Formats: sequence, C-alpha cells, structure tokens
Amino acid sequence: MLNIVDNTVNPVEPFLRSDRMPHIWCPGCGIGTTVNSFARALIDSKIDLESLALVSGIGCTGRVAGYVKLDSFHTTHGRAIPFATGLKLANPKLNVVVYSGDGDLSAIGGNHLIHAARRNIDLKVICVNNLIYAMTGGQTAPTTPGHATTSTNPYGTFEPAFNLPHLVEAAGAVYVARWTTFHVRQLARSISEAFQKKGFSFIEVISPCPTLYQRRNKMGDGLDTMKYYKEKSKVKHGAPTSEVGLTLNGEIAVGKFVDRDRPDYQSMMRAQYVESLGERYIEEPEAECVCG
Amino acid sequence: MAKGRVSIVVERCKACGFCVEFCPTHVLALSSAFNSKGYHPPHVVHPEKCSGCDLCGMYCPDFAIYGTKAGELKVNKATGGEK
Repeated sequence: MLNIVDNTVNPVEPFLRSDRMPHIWCPGCGIGTTVNSFARALIDSKIDLESLALVSGIGCTGRVAGYVKLDSFHTTHGRAIPFATGLKLANPKLNVVVYSGDGDLSAIGGNHLIHAARRNIDLKVICVNNLIYAMTGGQTAPTTPGHATTSTNPYGTFEPAFNLPHLVEAAGAVYVARWTTFHVRQLARSISEAFQKKGFSFIEVISPCPTLYQRRNKMGDGLDTMKYYKEKSKVKHGAPTSEVGLTLNGEIAVGKFVDRDRPDYQSMMRAQYVESLGERYIEEPEAECVCG
Repeated sequence: MAKGRVSIVVERCKACGFCVEFCPTHVLALSSAFNSKGYHPPHVVHPEKCSGCDLCGMYCPDFAIYGTKAGELKVNKATGGEK
C-alpha cells in the first residue's frame, strides 16, 4: 500500500513514467481515466509489481504500455494477445495484463481474442472501446454502432457492430464486465476482481473520442459524453450479454455480466499430459497466485 | 475545517473539465488563467468543502489533479498548519 507522507505525490505517480508526461491523448479523451482506475486497482489488490506485465497493441490505447512504469511491451498491431499468451506460457507466475483498444483487440487481433478466450488463457484483458479507429483518423471499426458518421462512412455506418461482451462470453471468457469512463470506482473494483480470477477476463471500458467520434456525430466534447454516460448508463449485473449491444445514442448497459469458473489453459494442459504420459510427465511447479 | 485538500499540477492540465463537473462537493472551477500550453486549468474556489475523496484524481485523464485526506497530510499536521 502506498503511504502518502506529504501531499506532493499523486497516488498514480509511482505507476507512471513521469518523464513522458504530458501524454499525447486529446483533451477529453478517457484513456487516462482508465489508467487511473487501473493504478487504483493495483494499489487496492496489493499486487507485486515485479510479477506484473502489461502488454499493449497499436492505437491510442496502445500507448498505455509506454506511459506506465511497469514491465510493459508495445507489440505490433493486433498481436498483444499472442505476445501475452507466450509470456504467460513461458512464465506462468506472471500476472499478464493486455491493455489495448477495440480496433486492436477486436478487428486486427479479433482472431486472437476469440481463441485466447476459447483456450481460457489466464490473461486480464482491458479493452478501451472508443467505438472507432481513433489514431488513424476515425474510420469505421467493428464496434462502431449503426448510423454513426465516420471518416469512411460519411453518410452513416450501416454495418452491424460487434457486441464484445457477447463475443467473448460465447468464446469462453470466465469474467466479462463493461463500464464507462464515468464509472471510475466500479472499474477499479472490476479490475481488482479480474486479478483474483484464473482464466480469461475481459473488461470493456466505453471511452469518449471527442476529436473523431463525438465531433463527427455532433455529440459535443469529452465532458458532454461523460454526462451522457452518467445519464444513459444502467447497471445490469448478470444481464444476458446478447442484450447489451451498443446503439448510437441509446442506453449503455454496464456491470459484471459473466463471472464463472472454467479450467484454464495451463491446468487443462497439465491434466492432459498427466493422463496420457503418467509418470513420464515432469510437472512444472504450480504457478503461485501472487495476488494474495 | 476542510477534511481534505486538492493539489493541481497546472502544466499537465488540458482543461477537459471532468474534475470541475464531477467533484461531489463543487470545490473547483476552471480559472481564467492560462497554463503554458494555453489551457485553462481548474482552481480551488471552495477549499473548505473539500472532503479529500480523490474523485477528481480518478477522473483526471492527465494525472494533473488529486485529492488527499486531511489525515494523510502528515507534514501539515506536524506544523499544525493544515489548509
């Protein structure tokens, strides 16, 4: 636990590479807010930072890896989950967090997302969903809701969007939650809970992109979007994920949708090898949970 | 006497206004002064109302503001000069 002796240190500061501040995120962008919640979750869950690794892909959210003072890696586009999978398999004692955006995780890395959920690899995935490809100029992403105006759909998006909680639940995730950047304390608690779970945990955070999404759709700035989240989000713990899809200006269902237990990849692998090889299988030491 | 205190790192602020809007006790307002990047950072208008809940710190996307509870202000307590 951090001990604040004087009032000159922000509680998030020990988790940041201060020399890289100010960051590149736009005024009103919610990604910094999610980093705050993540840092608070690390403080609350008393995780040993030596046993924590953070992996990001490409995109605005991908920059998180460069701003946090943790063991972090900024991978190629869409490959945050494959890198994290390799990291987890090579060193099962690590707590591996994947911190990336919706475009990186669900579009370019969509294949990896569903297969990591299917295998139930012990990763904590935080997906900051700003409903658009933000860094490349506001193109339609798989998560862009219908009728939204984007740079590639100036007359409105007509493609059906991904409902990410439904997708990862169907693929096999053990913990699925969604919050918005307005729900900072709930998000921090959710991340702490995910650290206690063994298996594929997925937390979607709806975040404003005032520069490219809100501006083109005449939804105001970041603050107006936060007020919209406050007004229109409804906590629905345990709601069926098939009913939590997002619409352009509609209600946002938030909460913890899925919390279940399934054997994770490494325990299934161990069980299979013990069954077929018997005594010839030399077991690796059991991965200890350092989350306490 | 205020239960807490809010600290602002003026040069990091990008004036999104989250802290001003969501402060539960309405301690803050955007100032008319500029920082070196041309943004209007918040300033404290009601220091006596601050509860030190640090909600401003949780909302701030730029890590530019944070609240501290009076009990944690050991340095100030020792001198008896808590603001």
